[in-house]
Amino acid sequence: MKDTFTLRDHDAEARLFFGRVMVLWGVVVIALLVLVLRLYQLQVVEHERHAVQSDANRIQVQPIAPTRGLIYDRNGILLAENLPVSSLTIVRERVPDLEATLADLRELLDLTDAEIDSFKRRLRERRRPFESVPLRLRLDETEMARIAVNRYRLPGVDVEAQLIRHYPFGDLVGHAVGSIRRIAREDLAHLDRAEYSATRYVGRLGVERHYESYLHGRVGHQRVETDARGRITRVLDRVPPVAGENLRLHLDLPLQIAASNALGDRRGAIVAIDPNTGGILALVSKPGYDPNQFVGGVDPADYAWLRDHPDTPMFNRALRGQYAPGSTFKPFVGLAGLAAGETTWERTIHDPGFYRLPGRSRMYRDWSWRPGGGGGHGTVGMQRAIYRSSNTYFYDLSVKVGIDRLAPFVEQFGFGRPPALDLPEASSGVVPTPEWKRTVRREPWYPGDSVNLGIGQGDLLVTPLQLAAATAIIAAEGKRPTPRMLLDADGDLEEMRAPEQAPIRLADPADWQRMAEAMADVIHRGNRGYGQNGTAWIHIGRDIPYRMAGKSGTAQVVGIPQGMRHDDLELSERQQKHAWFVAFAPVEKPEIALAVLVENGGGGSSVAGPVAREVIDAWLLNRLEGAAVARN
Amino acid sequence: MAGRDFVHRLPDSELAFARRQALLWRLHVDPPLLVLVLLICGVGLVVLYSAVDGDVPRLQTQAMRLGLALGVMLAVAQVPPRSLRRWSLPMYLVGLSLLVAVLFIGVSAKGAQRWIDLPGLPRFQPSEIMKVVVPMMMAAFMADRSLPPRFGVLCVALLLLAIPAALIAVQPDLGTAILVTGSGVAIILLAGIQWRFVLAAGLAGLAALPALWMVMKDYQRQRVLTLFDPETDPLGAGWNIIQSKTAIGSGGLYGKGLMQGTQSHLDFLPESDTDFIIAVMAEETGFFGVMVLLVLYFLVITRGLYIATQAQDVYSRLLAGSISFTFFIYAFVNIAMVSGLLPVVGVPLPLVSYGGTSAITLMAAFGILMAVHTHPKMRRA
Repeated sequence: MKDTFTLRDHDAEARLFFGRVMVLWGVVVIALLVLVLRLYQLQVVEHERHAVQSDANRIQVQPIAPTRGLIYDRNGILLAENLPVSSLTIVRERVPDLEATLADLRELLDLTDAEIDSFKRRLRERRRPFESVPLRLRLDETEMARIAVNRYRLPGVDVEAQLIRHYPFGDLVGHAVGSIRRIAREDLAHLDRAEYSATRYVGRLGVERHYESYLHGRVGHQRVETDARGRITRVLDRVPPVAGENLRLHLDLPLQIAASNALGDRRGAIVAIDPNTGGILALVSKPGYDPNQFVGGVDPADYAWLRDHPDTPMFNRALRGQYAPGSTFKPFVGLAGLAAGETTWERTIHDPGFYRLPGRSRMYRDWSWRPGGGGGHGTVGMQRAIYRSSNTYFYDLSVKVGIDRLAPFVEQFGFGRPPALDLPEASSGVVPTPEWKRTVRREPWYPGDSVNLGIGQGDLLVTPLQLAAATAIIAAEGKRPTPRMLLDADGDLEEMRAPEQAPIRLADPADWQRMAEAMADVIHRGNRGYGQNGTAWIHIGRDIPYRMAGKSGTAQVVGIPQGMRHDDLELSERQQKHAWFVAFAPVEKPEIALAVLVENGGGGSSVAGPVAREVIDAWLLNRLEGAAVARN
Repeated sequence: MAGRDFVHRLPDSELAFARRQALLWRLHVDPPLLVLVLLICGVGLVVLYSAVDGDVPRLQTQAMRLGLALGVMLAVAQVPPRSLRRWSLPMYLVGLSLLVAVLFIGVSAKGAQRWIDLPGLPRFQPSEIMKVVVPMMMAAFMADRSLPPRFGVLCVALLLLAIPAALIAVQPDLGTAILVTGSGVAIILLAGIQWRFVLAAGLAGLAALPALWMVMKDYQRQRVLTLFDPETDPLGAGWNIIQSKTAIGSGGLYGKGLMQGTQSHLDFLPESDTDFIIAVMAEETGFFGVMVLLVLYFLVITRGLYIATQAQDVYSRLLAGSISFTFFIYAFVNIAMVSGLLPVVGVPLPLVSYGGTSAITLMAAFGILMAVHTHPKMRRA
């Protein structure tokens, strides 16, 4: 040790050390200068950019969803309202580990696989960054408490209070009022992105869809300061949203209930219209569905059930069901004949129970035709042809009028046209013409087509709504208020100023009353013996306390071979004829016109007639009682 | 050479004699260093007050820790460097055994096994002690040999360094491993190693980078990648660095005002009271505020290096130089990391970040600096 020690050159070591210290000190100076430059770069050169970013971090402009307008029936009963619910939502961007969070939540809330699946599906849909995605709507108190206690370990999970659409009467008014659905990718293409920036739902069908722009309201905004977890620390300023318009519909809930009960469990549709205003008083399509199912995003299994059910509950038969009108079409053919001057009320023909085109052998049969002969209605004029529903008379008349005059005339009643002001998905039906047949069927127009058209068969297709509206025009003696759901609104809606269409003019306006009387005979002409009563008298006319005009109809579902009667065929339930009944009442001063369709119901007078009577009874006889129900 | 004057100043010069009379001198306190350290602590507490969101109890906790650390500093300052040198080897061996013990009986926290929990003692990190003990050991080893060191000596010194550094790195505690390695490298450089060795080591290091990449853990690689492009994962790995740069940059020249930093007070800035506290300071006090702190750090380092040059024996010199340089590494790595110049490693801002362990180690190191400066210098033969 001592040897080494004496050998050391302390001065040299100290010099060496001093040099090294200076080197390190130099390193320190340079490194600190680098830091100074870096801070200068961030804080001076790039200051503006970072300052903007810092504000962008904390200040967010949040859109505030407007409250959707309410929908009332004509009595002021709420049909569509907004209920406050607390729903569990997740902001994906703030969740570090989604699977772990979902596993936690599954334990806390007993989430089902279906709920998690539909949440993941919603998550995959396009949405705005940092938009919350609902996991479960309608949390109860216990669930909210569980979330609150565990929230610290569930970043990105939140309980949001929001208003959701609720239809208190569910499937009773589902097809009438329509429904809403979550805004999906395809909606974003045509919706105003700014206006809908906070809105989660959009009208899907019916009134909800047609009046979307009024019901929606105007979006509001607030500038808020949020912390890193997105919680609002303060509101900087706020432009409140404007709630949507409240709508009042012509729909009468008691009548809707009565119509629904009258139809019972049968498949079919009822549309009732006030002929004076065109207001739709009842619109029933059965089976129905509960539109509330669609509010929270429908469960896929439920949706599949609804979609694949053989009775197609989601299909709106009243608006979209297209059927041959059958004999209910005869009054319109009759009016066409009168208007064209091809017949008069006095003219009669002999009805042997069938009709043949001149020079042809094919028989067009009456419903009374029998293979051995003996059918038919004998001497038949227009009135008798209506109350006995003679096919032969109208085969003949239709051929006489000809398709070129018949088609334009019946189109005035709304056949083959979009039928309503504010029911966007309603179908137009088909009024066949030679041109239509050429382009669609690529076939020429045969004289037989005109024959079939005379009794509402062939290619003619109408919807219950169209038939009700056309019946209302007869009731209103040609006046044509456009059928509509909307009665009234808070604001000034374009639809309320929609001009009425010009009335249909007949050569002799008294023909309206005569046709109404002929249709009244269908119901009231009775006790006259075999072959002399109105077709519906036995079913509904014997005890009726008011005057009602009507017409029954049956629409064939399958073709019947020549020489056979419909009753002879072995037909399954779904091949049975559809039963129709159109009616209005009171005849003197009509307050209601309607069309009833019972799918595969069989006879129009026997099956659909009583339904129509029950509905009109409810309107004319039970209105006071109905109002009392509504008040409770 | 200018240095000669320093080296040859005699301990019994008039100036030194006058100093010895002073009370502080007798307490083995170096007044300039004490003042600077107290200033940094003061600045640190002010910034911390904002960083903990005005949480006074936490602030008091930190103030008490700093007080305790100052006590440790004064206590260590009383120990003559001679004694330190004698204790170096035993302390090193104890430290090393504790590091090995951590491997087997250590307590895990946040995915790393760094703590040791002995009954009757507060929980502590052996790696923390090694920040001081490793330079002590290496200085003691070097001081016994003639300088500049020969190759064999160098190899042994590197081994003395590598064993604890490796043990710390596998915990894993990259931040401490870097600081320990830095203190050891400082010793070797100060010992006068030939530049060609430095150059060779540098080149070897470059060549070893790919191998280093291979042995790095995934999260460590991620941190390196994030440094170059934080925007690839702005809500994940890149979040910290993006938010801290935004905080620093938005502070501008004068800052947003104390307690007014939106990045920190709205929780955008993570770890705002510990590793990322400089971002709070930069946001709220601006460029000028940070400059004050940087100047204080610079003065402390300079004072430390000055003390090293004044030391008369090799052990004291090497140790004082290494301590001062380690303090620099501490501050530099932290600020460079927070401002996005270096990957994120867990190194706190010395004397400012919330936490007691590193403050105590740092103060103990300053105590050694004071001891080196105030105890009678060992005379040459």
